[in-house]
Amino acid sequence: MNTVIQTDKLTKRFGDFIATNEITLEVYKGEIFGFLGANGAGKTTAMRMLCGLSKPSSGKATIAGFDVYRETEKIKKNIGYMSQKFSLYDDLTVLENISFFGGIYGLSDRQLKEKSETLIGRLGLRQEANKLVASLPLGWKQKLSFSVALLHYPKIVFLDEPTGGVDPLTRRQFWDLIYEAAAGGVTIFVTTHYMDEAEYCNRISIMVDGKVEALDSPANLKKTFQVNTMDEVFYQLARGAKRGE
Amino acid sequence: MKQFITFLRKEFAHVLRDKKTLLILFGMPIVQILIFGFALTNEVKNTKIVVVDQARDESSQQLISRIEASRYFEIETILPDAKEIDNAFRRGSVKMAVVFPSNFGPDLAHLKRAQVQIIADASDPNTANTLTNYMSSVIAAHQDELNGNSEIPYRIQPHLRMLYNPQLKGVHNFVPGVMALVLMLVCVMMTAVSIVREKETGTMEILLVSPFKPLLVMVSKAVPYLILSLINVVTILLVSMYILDLPVNGSLLLLFAESTLFIITCLTFGIFISVKTNSQQVAMLISLMGMMLPTIMFSGFMFPIENMPVALQVISNIVPAKWFYIIVKSIMIKGLGFSGIWKETLILAGITLFLLVVSLKNFKIRLA
Repeated sequence: MNTVIQTDKLTKRFGDFIATNEITLEVYKGEIFGFLGANGAGKTTAMRMLCGLSKPSSGKATIAGFDVYRETEKIKKNIGYMSQKFSLYDDLTVLENISFFGGIYGLSDRQLKEKSETLIGRLGLRQEANKLVASLPLGWKQKLSFSVALLHYPKIVFLDEPTGGVDPLTRRQFWDLIYEAAAGGVTIFVTTHYMDEAEYCNRISIMVDGKVEALDSPANLKKTFQVNTMDEVFYQLARGAKRGE
Repeated sequence: MKQFITFLRKEFAHVLRDKKTLLILFGMPIVQILIFGFALTNEVKNTKIVVVDQARDESSQQLISRIEASRYFEIETILPDAKEIDNAFRRGSVKMAVVFPSNFGPDLAHLKRAQVQIIADASDPNTANTLTNYMSSVIAAHQDELNGNSEIPYRIQPHLRMLYNPQLKGVHNFVPGVMALVLMLVCVMMTAVSIVREKETGTMEILLVSPFKPLLVMVSKAVPYLILSLINVVTILLVSMYILDLPVNGSLLLLFAESTLFIITCLTFGIFISVKTNSQQVAMLISLMGMMLPTIMFSGFMFPIENMPVALQVISNIVPAKWFYIIVKSIMIKGLGFSGIWKETLILAGITLFLLVVSLKNFKIRLA
């Protein structure tokens, strides 16, 4: 299998505090990888290192084949990112947002035109294309930001709690988009607090106090911990956490 | 480059769509200039005065018509007797009285020297001082004219009821001051807030994850405000030239070049604040407390720096607005060229460079 994310004992220290402690994992092409952990477990720090936003203190990592220490610019071209905070511009229209984000990734005008055309058609936003994003309901905004994160054909998309505050139906639709992207060969690296979403992932890792305590498919994890739901797997692991929020 | 243009287009959309802020940004300088301008100058134009003409001769008539012809004064009535001055002042419509003694004409003709008394309503001391200054200069002009065709000089001596206040001499000093204030407000606060807003909404993360250079993010944030500020400089100059009749004595080009330098100083300051803060409120507070207040206090535009304690005088040297204020005043009012202001320019450029280096050092390309 084709490995797109590979980390070896990746560590980040802030003074005495070890935010992420020797994380070692591999993520494969086209995989939906769930990155779980309680608040404060170190998920965000780990994700920032993987995105090239934060320099690791020690350990190794390659993203899409590029080194996180030396090749952050190349990494940036090959990844997409969507944060838990809503990440489009409210005072720009749907089309303007698409062409802005496409533009800063260096898409040509022709590519942009094609892309926005198909995107708007697929999301059913034709009537809203020239409206300000501020006027869209949250669910649509989330779907739009996910599509925008995919505009430049990234190899990996990082999603940081993408479905926070969204209703169950929209969440389901959002996951349809994720499946669609993964089927197209894009690797999805997603953090979430919803255990039903964890079940949708091919494999998940669970972080406790900066360490990866479990890494397997949801079915195998349930078997290992001899429980019926992912909820219980999570409780068993997270209960031992010493770090609070 | 194309990416940069895409970014600029987006920044302009942000600025231009925020209609309320835009209105404030463009309206504020005009309103401020007009308020300051008319509060300080319009009262002096067409001020109502009374004249007590006890002489009623040709010489006094000449001077009276001269006073009437000046655009500063409008003679409400000519009283025969000094006793009625008091009533005229009490009615409040009159700000000043000019009294000609009964022997004004003969004195002037024979002794070549005559006296005029000027009484001003000192309840508003600033206006009173300004008015007496103007009246004195009208009388002096009249005297000069008389002397034009005479060998022995005539002297008309105005007797003032007030002390001369040198601070009031430069009533036009507010234009450079307002310019510094407005540029400070637009550049420092708006730039800082617009960058911090992206941090707050989370779009900054998206931008940092993208291949777009973080330094360019800052630059493209600053460009719209640079243009906006240049437009403001033009408006302020137009309003002061055509509505307030304030001439620009020096080179306009030099004035623009220096303004651009000051704008860049302010933009760097705004970027510095945005690098250091994470919320719009904090950014705004720092801009207001850290920049606006010192600008008002230490630029010399409201309070004369020479009168401050030495410690404050020293502090005033690090306020960029002080140097800009001196520069603009020198160009606009004194009409100096670059040779007269190179020192101030150098200091301002130095401050800018310092700020630029500090902000770049503090600017973390990787969010730790």
